Amino acid sequence: MVSASADLGYDSKVEGGVIVSRADAVINWIRTNSMWPMPMGLACCAIELMAVGGARFDISRFGAEVMRFSPRQSDCMIVAGTVTYKMAPQVRRIYDQMAAPKWVIAMGACASSGGMYRSYAVLQGVDRLVPVDVYVSGCPPRPEALLDALMKLQAKVRTEPATRRLFSA
Amino acid sequence: MSADLVPALKARFPQATDRASVDHPAVNVPLDELVAVLRYLRDEQGFDVLTDLTAIDWAEGASPRFTLVYHLHAPGRPGTYVRVAAPCAGTEREPTAPSVVSLWPAADWHERECFDMFGIRFAGHPDLRRILMWDGYPYHPLRKEFPLAGIETDLPVADIAQETGTRVIAAPMAGGPFVASAGEINLTEAEPRAKDESWADRGARPDQTALRQVKE
Repeated sequence: MVSASADLGYDSKVEGGVIVSRADAVINWIRTNSMWPMPMGLACCAIELMAVGGARFDISRFGAEVMRFSPRQSDCMIVAGTVTYKMAPQVRRIYDQMAAPKWVIAMGACASSGGMYRSYAVLQGVDRLVPVDVYVSGCPPRPEALLDALMKLQAKVRTEPATRRLFSA
Repeated sequence: MSADLVPALKARFPQATDRASVDHPAVNVPLDELVAVLRYLRDEQGFDVLTDLTAIDWAEGASPRFTLVYHLHAPGRPGTYVRVAAPCAGTEREPTAPSVVSLWPAADWHERECFDMFGIRFAGHPDLRRILMWDGYPYHPLRKEFPLAGIETDLPVADIAQETGTRVIAAPMAGGPFVASAGEINLTEAEPRAKDESWADRGARPDQTALRQVKE
């Protein structure tokens, strides 16, 4: 709409209500502070994962307390436990069903590398199946270690070229 | 009470023989009498509970190759257990035995596990499928010729296998398996550990290229 108003270019009345930023910064800020986990609890690590969700460790301080059991609604798959070959296709299937952008945390020795299960039945690291963003050591890891992994993942997401990915995808 | 059990059983079944045991009474019976012996123990001796059903693999070429072992418990007489063993019939590739699901429904999953791990075919089982490994897995992992690390084969689901390019591989032993030292006085030394020290931090690491990572 064409206007003859002289203050079209600059309106001092809205000055305090406008924030100028980069799209990447805004998108990544939104993503990092509301990262809903997909709890892929497969073994004892899942118990520590529950502790992380509980009041004492409280992952909601980092915006990731909404554990979603639907892959459609989750952003970050936390593979907590031993991935057997029998379970492996289902893990990948759920990862495929998650909407992008999506991330994966391999929690504990088993998910990261097969751990102590050097055996015919166990996948030797979930990175053979899905792309992993953060590995957590420990058997099982302390809840603090998982919180640290989430912070590491948030730091990684903050550096992503989100806008470019949006328009190139 | 359990002292007169084995003599009574042997009087009823003359082919039954004593089996070496450090705790509970145990007998060996031929396979064709197995179900009759177990039915006698259940109906006339009160062994209502099948606590375990498993098999022993005596190694390749042994005869018999596989022996079935049944652990029974009589709840009416607390602490009374008996162990019954019988050699499998059939070939080494496909050993056979009669199913006892009709005696104890608990035998159902035990026999499925036995089939899964040893490949023993239980004649008369209502639904003899694998229970731990997936349908279509080509091996029986607890057989002596099967290596702990496993044998390379395909993932259970074809489209996932194709999408990821991942296969079931022989696990890298990385210094393992972890074994305890029997008879070691020093308990720290007796703890389970990898005997192969070549994969410790101070040595060079073995080739890990087989552990390919999935690229985004």
